[in-house]
Amino acid sequence: MSTEHQANSAGHVMDDSPLFGADLSFHDITEMVASHTEKKTPIAWFAAFSLANIGLMILLVMIAYLFWNGVGVWGLNNPVGWGYAIVNFVFWVGIGHAGTLISAILFLFRQQWRTAINRSAEAMTIFAVICALIFPGIHVGRVWAAYWMLPIPNQMEMWPQFKSPLLWDVFAVSTYFTVSLVFWYVGLIPDLATLRDRATNKIRQRVLGVLSMGWTGANRHWRNYEKAYLLLAALATPLVLSVHSVVSFDFAVSIVPGWHTTIFPPYFVAGAIFSGFAMVVTLLVIARKIYNLEDIITIGHLEKMNIIILLTGTMVGFAYITEFFIAWYSGVQYEQYAFLNRAFGPYAWAYWIMMSCNLFFPQFFWFKKLRTSIPFMFVVSIFVNVGMWFERFVITVTSLHRDYLPSSWDYYSPTAVDVLTFVGSFGLFFTLFLLFLRFVPMVAIAEVKAVKPEADPHYYDGHGDGHAGHELPTAAPGPPATA
Amino acid sequence: MNPVKELIRDVKASMGIFESPNPELHGLLAEFPNPGALYHAAEGVRDAGYKHFDAHSPFPIHGMDDAMGLGNSLVGWITFGGGIAGLALGTWLQWWTGAVDYPLNISGKPFFAVEPSIPVMFELTILLSALSTVAGMFALNGLPRPYNPLFYSSNFARATDDAFFLHIAATDRRFEKDGTRRLLEDLGATTIEVIRDRGDSDLED
Repeated sequence: MSTEHQANSAGHVMDDSPLFGADLSFHDITEMVASHTEKKTPIAWFAAFSLANIGLMILLVMIAYLFWNGVGVWGLNNPVGWGYAIVNFVFWVGIGHAGTLISAILFLFRQQWRTAINRSAEAMTIFAVICALIFPGIHVGRVWAAYWMLPIPNQMEMWPQFKSPLLWDVFAVSTYFTVSLVFWYVGLIPDLATLRDRATNKIRQRVLGVLSMGWTGANRHWRNYEKAYLLLAALATPLVLSVHSVVSFDFAVSIVPGWHTTIFPPYFVAGAIFSGFAMVVTLLVIARKIYNLEDIITIGHLEKMNIIILLTGTMVGFAYITEFFIAWYSGVQYEQYAFLNRAFGPYAWAYWIMMSCNLFFPQFFWFKKLRTSIPFMFVVSIFVNVGMWFERFVITVTSLHRDYLPSSWDYYSPTAVDVLTFVGSFGLFFTLFLLFLRFVPMVAIAEVKAVKPEADPHYYDGHGDGHAGHELPTAAPGPPATA
Repeated sequence: MNPVKELIRDVKASMGIFESPNPELHGLLAEFPNPGALYHAAEGVRDAGYKHFDAHSPFPIHGMDDAMGLGNSLVGWITFGGGIAGLALGTWLQWWTGAVDYPLNISGKPFFAVEPSIPVMFELTILLSALSTVAGMFALNGLPRPYNPLFYSSNFARATDDAFFLHIAATDRRFEKDGTRRLLEDLGATTIEVIRDRGDSDLED
């Protein structure tokens, strides 16, 4: 234990909690993670997959119905021209942010605990962004003209209107998706090589052989790989902050009371990380149990995520209160009305769901007993996801439904198509996530091995590795290599 | 051997591609018990003057670049180039479409200004930096490379699991079958095998 402590403190881990639940050898880690992709598909997986597929079918039917009939099938009305589509879009983009935070920002901060959860969180990011991209794609009235959002030279000699935040969104979200996908794939290569080398049947060997690109774990390759990984993390960090800032510009750049606030970019980013971590907790609490990965994804890992939920939840709650203060302090009556209407108007129910789920429930995580309790954190993570969906709903709908002219006020309520499309997007998300769990190592094998104290070459100095002739003077252990 | 071919051979070696002219002798593959032993073995091989060798491990080993005598990775320069290209592309796109090809008067705003162009410029900078980073990493690594004579060793499959290997290629100027084997033995190798390559090689001398 003392050596593990030494190596951990050298790796700048701020606390003493162990990274592993048990003493695992390198081979144990390979075995634990890789074997799940190799054995026969369990019945339970098929059951879950069928359920997710029903959701996916609902989504496809609803989209087809929408395309056939037009956006009139949604509950949009005159002041509320923007309903579930934008709410779901912002919700799903937000979910994605935890993955990038874990893979990029925690990597730059040398948080070694991220290695156990980054693979599944990044997968979640990619799938959530796919779900997000559907909504702006289908909400434009003439879907077949959606490609006009891209700057493609055309015979009409038209270009998109680049002064619109909606177009910045196109660039931000598509860049985010591309970079996340590439980052995820680069991280996967060494693990795909591991699976390739374990494969027993020809087809599996060939497919994994192509996907792993002939990776041999050569140090000449690791050298460029690690540099590339570091650079991708450094690029993804400002990217993830920019994406939700740009998403918040969709609102903040307008002059609608309740939207036109400078607090939006940081507040949206904090909210995104908040909801994303909640989703990671929801998914991993189940996945680690089913896949027997409790020794790799330990309670300590979940606890750290809950601390981030507590932190970002408090930031979001602080932002809600700040908005109220600024509305009052601005002296603008429309602004003041918008906020009073939020809390006490016809949508007060949604507002207080948001307040209690986002600000109140995470506060229980101040107690160590509660933030390390699996059932409790599962429930809170669900609440947070509900609350964050309602946050976007509150922002969108309450600001729109009563605009400057009382003659045009109206109450927005979704139709069944709205609701089923949203439910269906979960079907798409879980379909993709289940495929990921089935076919891809859900823990970054190489990265987890690299944070073991035994991975540091200097761990063996003084343990006698059998050749006195080439030993350097024993140096203090450097930070263990990170992949 | 002709100097151009020699240069090509050294560049390929920097990517971890060693092409031995002799199909019966591609190189020697030695296994070491742990990352520490591999690290010191790499130092030993480096000090003995070898250049065409590589360490294979299931995860990156900290400090191995120095132990092998490798310099800094060049990926950063490629990223930098990609970033500059992305920024230039974004700036050009905003200016050309807004002010030159399709000027639209929107609320009296200028046709081209930096402020509303920043999101697109920023995103394209990141996008091209990231894509060039990955493309550069693959190029510098000589990947994809599905064929590798090392795969002929069944032992080598464990290099992506829990084994630590040092491979000295027969193309190295100092390579000498018996002497190199003795060096690896002295460095504490647990097993040493000769890697044969019965496929084709584009080197002849």
